[in-house]
Amino acid sequence: MIKPTIIVVGNGMVGYKFCEKLVSKSSGFNIIVFGEEPRQAYDRVHLSEYFNGKSADDLSMSTREWYDEQGIMLRLGDPVQEINRTTKTVHSLLGVSIQYDYLVLATGSSAFVPDIPGIEKDGVFVYRTIEDLELIKAYAANAKTGAVMGGGLLGLEAAKALIDLGIEDTHVIEFAPRLMPRQIDSAGSGMLQSKLKELGLNVHLNKSTSYIGGTHKIDALHFNDESLLPVDMLVISAGIRPRDEIAKLAGLQVGTRGGIMVNDKMQTSDESIFAIGECALYEGMIYGLVAPGYEMADIVVSQLTGGSKLFYPYDMSTKLKLIGVDVASFGDAFITEPDCRTIVFEDTHKGIYKRINITIDGQYLLGGILIGDADAYNMLLQTVNNKLVLPPNPEDLILGSRGGAESEGAGIMSLPDDALICSCEAVNKATICSSVTDLGITDINGIKKCTKAGTGCGGCVPLVKDLIAGTMKANGQYIKNVLCEHFEYSRQELYDLVKINNIKNYDLVLDHFGHGDGCEVCKPAVASILSSLWNDVIVKQDTIQDSNDRFLANIQKGGTYSVVPRIPGGEITPDKLIVIGQVAKQYGLYTKITGGQRIDLFGAHLNDLPDIWEQLIEAGFESGHAYGKALRTVKSCVGSTWCRFGLHDSVSFAIEIEDRYKGIRAPHKLKGGVSGCIRECAEAKSKDFGVIATEKGWNLYVCGNGGSKPQHAELFATDIDKETLVKYLDRFLMFYIKTAEPLSRTATWLNKMDGGLAYLKNVVINDSLGICGQLEEEMQALVNTYHCEWKEVIEDPALRKRFTHFVNAPEEKDPSVQFEPMREQVKAKW
Amino acid sequence: METLIDNWVLACYVDDVPENGGACVKLGDEQIAVFNFTRRGEWFATQNLCPHKQQMVLSRGMIGSTGENCEPKVACPFHKNTFSLLSGQCLTNEELSIKTYGIRVENGKVFISI
Ligand code: SRM
Ligand SMILES: Cc1cc2nc3c(=O)[nH]c(=O)nc-3n(C[C@H](O)[C@H](O)[C@H](O)COP(=O)(O)OP(=O)(O)OC[C@H]3O[C@@H](n4cnc5c(N)ncnc54)[C@H](O)[C@@H]3O)c2cc1C
Ligand code: SF4
Ligand code: FES
Repeated sequence: MIKPTIIVVGNGMVGYKFCEKLVSKSSGFNIIVFGEEPRQAYDRVHLSEYFNGKSADDLSMSTREWYDEQGIMLRLGDPVQEINRTTKTVHSLLGVSIQYDYLVLATGSSAFVPDIPGIEKDGVFVYRTIEDLELIKAYAANAKTGAVMGGGLLGLEAAKALIDLGIEDTHVIEFAPRLMPRQIDSAGSGMLQSKLKELGLNVHLNKSTSYIGGTHKIDALHFNDESLLPVDMLVISAGIRPRDEIAKLAGLQVGTRGGIMVNDKMQTSDESIFAIGECALYEGMIYGLVAPGYEMADIVVSQLTGGSKLFYPYDMSTKLKLIGVDVASFGDAFITEPDCRTIVFEDTHKGIYKRINITIDGQYLLGGILIGDADAYNMLLQTVNNKLVLPPNPEDLILGSRGGAESEGAGIMSLPDDALICSCEAVNKATICSSVTDLGITDINGIKKCTKAGTGCGGCVPLVKDLIAGTMKANGQYIKNVLCEHFEYSRQELYDLVKINNIKNYDLVLDHFGHGDGCEVCKPAVASILSSLWNDVIVKQDTIQDSNDRFLANIQKGGTYSVVPRIPGGEITPDKLIVIGQVAKQYGLYTKITGGQRIDLFGAHLNDLPDIWEQLIEAGFESGHAYGKALRTVKSCVGSTWCRFGLHDSVSFAIEIEDRYKGIRAPHKLKGGVSGCIRECAEAKSKDFGVIATEKGWNLYVCGNGGSKPQHAELFATDIDKETLVKYLDRFLMFYIKTAEPLSRTATWLNKMDGGLAYLKNVVINDSLGICGQLEEEMQALVNTYHCEWKEVIEDPALRKRFTHFVNAPEEKDPSVQFEPMREQVKAKW
Repeated sequence: METLIDNWVLACYVDDVPENGGACVKLGDEQIAVFNFTRRGEWFATQNLCPHKQQMVLSRGMIGSTGENCEPKVACPFHKNTFSLLSGQCLTNEELSIKTYGIRVENGKVFISI
C-alpha cells in the first residue's frame, strides 16, 4: 500500500513537534517538511540564551540525523511559495513541486513592524530568529545606547538582552500606559518599572513614535509629543503577525487581522489542509505561546491517526523569564470587584506586588498577578486550573508561606489526577505519580525520559520534583541520600567505612560495600574519598576519575585540553612569565589570564600534555589542579608591602595558605582569598574561605562562593592570629571533606547543615564533638603527603604513555581537532 | 594491517587499554573506542564519536553498568550521556545511538570486526 503523503510547511517549534508526535504514533505516512530558515527547528522560547553562550546547536530541537532516521525528508532554506489546492500540489522557491494528501501549515508568525517613517534605517532590528540575533549582536558591538519598541513579554526580554550585550543605556518604549498590558495591572506595572530601573532599564510609557531619525542609520526616536530620545539602535517588539500569506494566496479563509482560520480539528476551510501554531486563528485568537501550539499539533496527529481529540480554548497564563525580576500572571488576572473579591499584597521596600482574584464566596481562585516573587506561581496556577477549594484564609496563598515547603508539598499531593503539570508536553499528575509508583522511577531524569515532562521550557521541574518526593513519601518509601544504584550508602557513611577498613582501591570498595560494576556517579565520588583519605597519585587509578582528573587537565570543546600551572597567591616572577610565554608559543596554545589570578593555556593536544608539563616543571611550576575537585587558588591583594591601606602582608599569607592546602581533594573545588584590609580587593568573602586583615589580626570568613548561586562567606572568627587561623582552617576543611555530599560546595553544605553556622562554630572552635585533634592530624597527614601529580606522570614512562590519542598510533594527534585564528591567537573550530 | 578472515582487524594489544577503561584506536580513517571491562572479563568496541555534540571522546569516558541486568555502559565525558556497550543505544536520550563493533582477544592481541 502506498503511504499517504503529508507535507509540513514550516520547520519551527510546532512544525517539529508535529513530526515528533506523528512518527511516535504511526509509521504509515510519507512526511516531507519545507523550512524557510537555514537550520532545523530550534527552541525559540529560549532564543535569548543565544546571547548567554548557547550555540545554535544547543538550541536545536533535534539533529539532522533524527529526520533521516525517521525517514522524514527535510528541505531547509526552501520555503513553499504556492499551494495549488486543485492538484493538491505545493511549489517551492527552489522549484520543487510535490503532491500531498494532507497539508499542515506551521508557518508561525513574524515580528509585526509598524509603518513608521524611517523604520528601514540601519540599526533597526526585529527579534525572532537566530539570524536576527546575530545581526543585533554584531551591531551592538559598536552601539552605546539602545531602545526596544514595545513593553510586552518579548520586549522586556529583548531589553534585558541588550543590557547583557553591554548596552548600558537601554530604554523601553511602550505605547500603552503600563508595561505588559496584556498580563498585568497598573499597580503591578508600577512595581515592575521600579525593579527594572534597578537593573538599568529606563521605561517610557504613553509614548508613540512618529518617526525614526538619522541619515542612513538610526540616531534618534522622535515621539508624537515632540520629545526625542537619541539611540544607536532599536529593536522592534510590537507584536506578532501570523504568516498567512501562502494560505491567503491559495484562497483559504483568513482573519481580518491575519491568521489562518481553523476549527476545533485544526482544519482550515479546505479539509485536507490543517494549520497549527502561531499562524492558526482559533475562535478569533492567535496563541502566541508554544504550549497551545504543541496541543494543536497533538490534535492534528490524533485526527490523522483515527483519534478524535478536539482543541479547546487554552490557558494563557505566563511567567516572564530571564529578566531578573519575577513576573507572572495566571487565570483571569484582570477581573475586578464587584465580580470577584481581590486580595492585594504590596511591599514597596522589597519590590513585591501580588494580587489574587477569588470568587465572591471565597471558594475558588480565579486568577492573579505576581511581581517580584513568583515562587507560588505553579501552585496557584494549578489551584485555578483544577478548581481546588481555597483554604479558609486565602490570603495565606500570597502572604509568604512562613510555614514553608511543608504546606506547599501537601498542596501538591492534593491536586487531582488529571492536573496538567507539564503544559509543554501535556503530562498530568497521574502519569508522573504512576511512573514513580509502578515503574519505580525516583529521579527527575528518569521522569524526563519516560514521560517527557520537564523537557520543554523546564518551568515545571520543581513541581515534578515535589511530586516525586511526595509520591515516594506517600508510598512509605524512605528517601535516603545514597550515592547511586551501586551503593546503598551516603558519601559520609562510605568515607567512614573505607577509612575504618583501610581500603585503597575502587574495586575493593565496590566488592565490599557495593554491587554491580559501578558507574560514572560512584566512581569519581569514591575516587575523591580515596584521595582525601590516602592522598595517593590519582592517575594510578585513572579509569575511575572524571575525565578531567584522568588526564590531569580540563577537556574542552573539540577534545583539546588546558594547562594551568599553579601561581600561588597570583605572584609570579618575570622569568616564569617568560617560560609560560615560550611554552605557549611552542605548542600554539591560546593564553588567557583567568579569574583566579593565574594563566590558562588552552588548546593542547592530549599527546603534548606531558612534554608541556615537563618544560613547566623544569622551570619550577607545579600542577594548578584546575581540573580537580581540589584547592584551586588563594587569591590575594597586594597588601601592606605596597598598598598604602594594607594592614598586613596578604600576599605572603595567601601563598602560605595555598601551599599548605594545594593538591588536597574534597567533595567539590575549594577557593580562598586573602585581603590586606576591609576594602577587600581579593574578594575573599566570595570564596570557600576568606581572610581579611584587621588592626588586631585577621578575620576568617567561611562558606562563600561565586558561580551559579553566589553567596557571601560568613564571619567565622575575628581578630585571630595566623596560627589560630590555620588551625581553624585545618579543622574546617577536614570537617567539610569528611561530611559533605558529593559535588556540594561549602556554601551548600552549610546551608543544609542542621544548626547552621552556630553548629559549625561549635564543632570547629569549641570542639563540641571532641574531634578537633583528629581533624588536625588528618589534615597534617594530607599536607605531608603532597605531591605534584604532573611531576609523577612525567617521571614515569608507563603513566606517560597513557597520554596518547590513538593507542595504535601514539605519535598521531587527533585529526578531528582543528583551530582557526582569533585576535592573533587561535580558537578551537568545531 | 594484520587481517584475519571475516574482516577481523588487529586493533591493538591488550595492555594498550587500561583496566576497566577505554582507549582509542585508528583503523583507516575511523576512530574506534575499545573498552577493556576487566571487572566483567569482557571487551567492547564502539564508535569514538559522541553523537550528542559530535565530540571525539567516548574512549575517554567512564564505563560501568546499570539496571537489574547490569547492562554495560559508557558515559561520555562531556555531558554524561550514557550508551549501552551492547546495543549502542543511548540510555539517557532515546534519540541517540552509537555503532558497536565485534571484538575478540587472542594471544594478547585485540581484533575488531569492521
Ligand atoms: C579559566 C577560568 C575562566 C577564566 O578564563 O577566567 C574558568 C574556567 C572554567 N571553570 Fe570556572 N573558571 C575560572 C574561574 C572561576 C571563578 C572565579 C574565581 O575563581 O574567582 C568562578 C566563580 C567563583 C566560585 O568558584 O565560586 C568560577 C565558577 C565555576 C563553576 C561554578 C561553581 C559553583 O559552585 O557554582 C564551575 C562549574 C563547577 O565547578 O562545577 C566552573 C567550571 C569551570 C571549568 C573547569 C569547566 C569545565 O569543567 O570544563 C572551566 C575550565 C576551563 C579550562 O578548560 O581550563 N567554574 N570559575 C577561571 C580559572 C580560574 C583558575 O585560575 O583556576
Ligand atoms: C524571543 C522569544 C521568546 C519567546 N518566549 C516564549 C515563552 O517564554 N513562552 C512561550 O510559550 N512562547 C514564547 N515565545 C513564542 C514561541 O517561540 C512561539 O509561540 C513558537 O515558536 C511558535 O511556533 P511555530 O512553529 O508556530 O512558529 P515558528 O517557531 O515561528 O516557526 C515557523 C517556521 O515556519 C517558517 N515558515 C514560514 N513560512 C514558510 C513557508 N512558506 N515555507 C516554509 N517555511 C516557512 C518560518 O521561517 C519558521 O521557521 C517566544 C518567542 C520569541 C521570539
Ligand atoms: S585590600 Fe587593602 S591592602 Fe589590599 S589592595 Fe585593597 S586597599 Fe590595599
Ligand atoms: S558530547 Fe557526549 S554527552 Fe554531550
